[in-house]
Amino acid sequence: MGLKSNLHNFKEKNKDKKWIPAFNAIHTFLYLPNETTHGGTHIKAADDLKRTMNTVIMALVPCLIFGMFNAGYQHYLAQGLIESADGFLGASFWTWDNFVIGLWKVLPLVIISYGVGLAVEFVFAIIKGHEVEEGYLVTGMLVPLIVPVDIPLWMLAVAVIFGVVIGKEVFGGTGMNILNPALTIRAFLFFAYPTWMSGDKVWVHGAVERAGTPDAISGETILGSLAQNNGTLGYDIWDMFWGIIPGSVGETSKFLIIIGALFLIFTKVGSWRIIISTLIGALSMGLIFNGVINAGWVGESSKFFGLMSVPFWQHLIIGSILFGAVYMATDPVTASQTNKGKWIYGFLIGFISIMIRVFNPAYPEGVFLAILLMNVFAPTIDHYVIKANVKRRMKRVKVKTA
Amino acid sequence: MSKDIRIKKGLDIKLIGEAEKATENAIISNSYSIRPEDFHSIIPKLVAKEGTRVKAGETLFYNKDNEAMKFVSPVSGEITEVQRGPRRRIDAIKIVADKEQTYVDYGKFDLSSDAEKIKAHLLATGCWSFIKQRPYDVIANANSKPKAIFVSGYASAPLAADLDFTLAGKEAELQAAVTVLSKLTDGSVHVSVGQNSNSPLANLNNTTTHKVSGPHPSGNVGTLINKVSPINKGETVWTVNAQDLVIIGELLLTGKFNAERIVALAGSSVKKPRYFKTKIGSEIATMVYDNGVERDSNDRIISGNVLTGKQVGPDGFLDYYSNVISVIPEGDDYELFGWNKPIFNKISTSRALTFSWLNPKKKYDLNTNTNGEHRAFVTTGTYEEVFPLDIYPMQILKACMYKDLDEMEALGMYEVAPEDFALTEFVCVSKQPHQKIIREGLDLMLKEIG
Repeated sequence: MGLKSNLHNFKEKNKDKKWIPAFNAIHTFLYLPNETTHGGTHIKAADDLKRTMNTVIMALVPCLIFGMFNAGYQHYLAQGLIESADGFLGASFWTWDNFVIGLWKVLPLVIISYGVGLAVEFVFAIIKGHEVEEGYLVTGMLVPLIVPVDIPLWMLAVAVIFGVVIGKEVFGGTGMNILNPALTIRAFLFFAYPTWMSGDKVWVHGAVERAGTPDAISGETILGSLAQNNGTLGYDIWDMFWGIIPGSVGETSKFLIIIGALFLIFTKVGSWRIIISTLIGALSMGLIFNGVINAGWVGESSKFFGLMSVPFWQHLIIGSILFGAVYMATDPVTASQTNKGKWIYGFLIGFISIMIRVFNPAYPEGVFLAILLMNVFAPTIDHYVIKANVKRRMKRVKVKTA
Repeated sequence: MSKDIRIKKGLDIKLIGEAEKATENAIISNSYSIRPEDFHSIIPKLVAKEGTRVKAGETLFYNKDNEAMKFVSPVSGEITEVQRGPRRRIDAIKIVADKEQTYVDYGKFDLSSDAEKIKAHLLATGCWSFIKQRPYDVIANANSKPKAIFVSGYASAPLAADLDFTLAGKEAELQAAVTVLSKLTDGSVHVSVGQNSNSPLANLNNTTTHKVSGPHPSGNVGTLINKVSPINKGETVWTVNAQDLVIIGELLLTGKFNAERIVALAGSSVKKPRYFKTKIGSEIATMVYDNGVERDSNDRIISGNVLTGKQVGPDGFLDYYSNVISVIPEGDDYELFGWNKPIFNKISTSRALTFSWLNPKKKYDLNTNTNGEHRAFVTTGTYEEVFPLDIYPMQILKACMYKDLDEMEALGMYEVAPEDFALTEFVCVSKQPHQKIIREGLDLMLKEIG
């Protein structure tokens, strides 16, 4: 009698218990269930929701690990204890010291995010008597990657509870939500604790507690600096591309995000339509702003000048637009569901992201607001796309009768 | 006249155990069973009571809504049992066959008769049960006039019986049947054949032939209808299975209702997959055990193909419309880390550590495991890849689930049958029962709109 049959017997014995979804959630992590088809097709494809979600997580892991190194690196670099790394493989970047700092800062974020979020999911699954759905597996991974490294854990816990309950469970759980839960959590943090979530102190570990002391270090992001017309803080384009810059935990390395994007597109889990159209949207808005600058309508004295004059393609490697396009906008539940709709949806996300970025210098990162906004409009986009199909059908009848 | 139809969206599911092209006579079955549930939405009125003797082609029951529509016995013999379910619903009518078969003689039919006579003859002889209609995918309403009649002569479903093989030599019967059917419609009889086949259906008169190619569901009659002449509101089309044309044709030519049919026994659990000559309603056991499956094996026997067929026990019976019996292993076992480990031995349309894309020609041994639990709809875009009709599959499924009749109508519910959603159900990550959802949606429309 192995583990397999013990678990099976346990499941059979307790199948009427109220807490059995909790057991099943863990059981199905170990074993693919013994469920067989009845009615309908007798065979099924190999993919299930767990596999799909797991694929997204795999695409996120490189970003997470890089984020750990980067947290430590930025911490030491800001104190002047190490030299700045030259390129992705820079000697002072991939060091044990950096990793230890990052691990100590980032791992608790991961644990809190998953612990609190899954606890909420389990509670709702038991109350409603359905199985624990997998949606939170990805959300729980995304959350630590899009918060500042020094965020207090209690704040994260509160936000996760809010995000999962209001963002997802009130709508009926995975598959029913209108807003992306990870972004709902981010938005909650932003609006509930604005002093924490913006400004120039929170993006490097240690910057907040040292503020005002002789040891003060800067914790500013490039985007924040650009918004105040202060230039790119001396980082060059390759630094931004490789990701050895301050920022949210996991969204700085554009290189790894592109790798993740290619993986998602290859596995057909992420929608290439949304990713590409978001980038096109962002580039078009960037081009428009560049045009405005070239036409001389906005002078250097304008507070929008800094971000408007960024060459359009550099918008993609500044801030988290790429991360948003690849991992956030592609969430199938909250995105447009028709293929044509996905093009429109993605384009508008990119377009609006850059618009908010330029016109809202107080909080220059517009991606999450743009995605949340388009989440709300996704059903409307779908409605009109489907209407075209319905109209085509109506037209057939008219041609017939005419 | 020949037109080519080529589809790109779809999925060929290649399975181990395709039937070898050799026909055996099945051991003659002792008992036969006709199940009224095969005739969806028909309420049977029993004529032949327990203990009566019937000839092959004699009426067993008729349609409560249309007394002229008879359903006949495939064999001559004695009715031994009428099995009833809840509320005295008739579940099955069991017939023990005579050694010597006798047939009701309906007489040689004059193929040049007019539509009214043809209808009356087909209704009276039980052949009407082979004519189905869309919308609703039910037996055709005899008072309707279809805009066209569709026959698929190309079977693209996994492990399907090869119609070129099973219909070989039946040209005369097929021709008689389509000649008669073509008089029942203002449009034409559209017949699809495979691109490279030498189907006996290809050279019939009074038909429009379409050469189809591409992955499954290129052979589904629903795909043919959608590409040739999609159904609009208020229109009706009829469909007939190619193998049933043979029975209709033989009745017209000889006056005998001969329920004989060539059936494929296929699937990875079958030792020697091959074809059998047998009759509608015969015992499955006469075929599956001889060089087929082990007696106590853990297999699933399906009357029909693995996507749309019905599960039957080894003591079950061949259903009224199927020409294939599939036997595949049951998958009622756990698989350690089955949800995240790389998978080489199952089919998938994604590449999420599933590697069936590496080798599209490989044949698989799939079992009945669902490969995951039932979930709400999450992923998008997967169904569209295997769904060639100009319809939004996920949206129409959702419309069926929340029972919005207007929306179901607008999205194209009149055009579809459950079998059109077999592939989307197969690839569904959320393991939703698409065919059941569509069937219930169609039933609701039939009840409310009619």
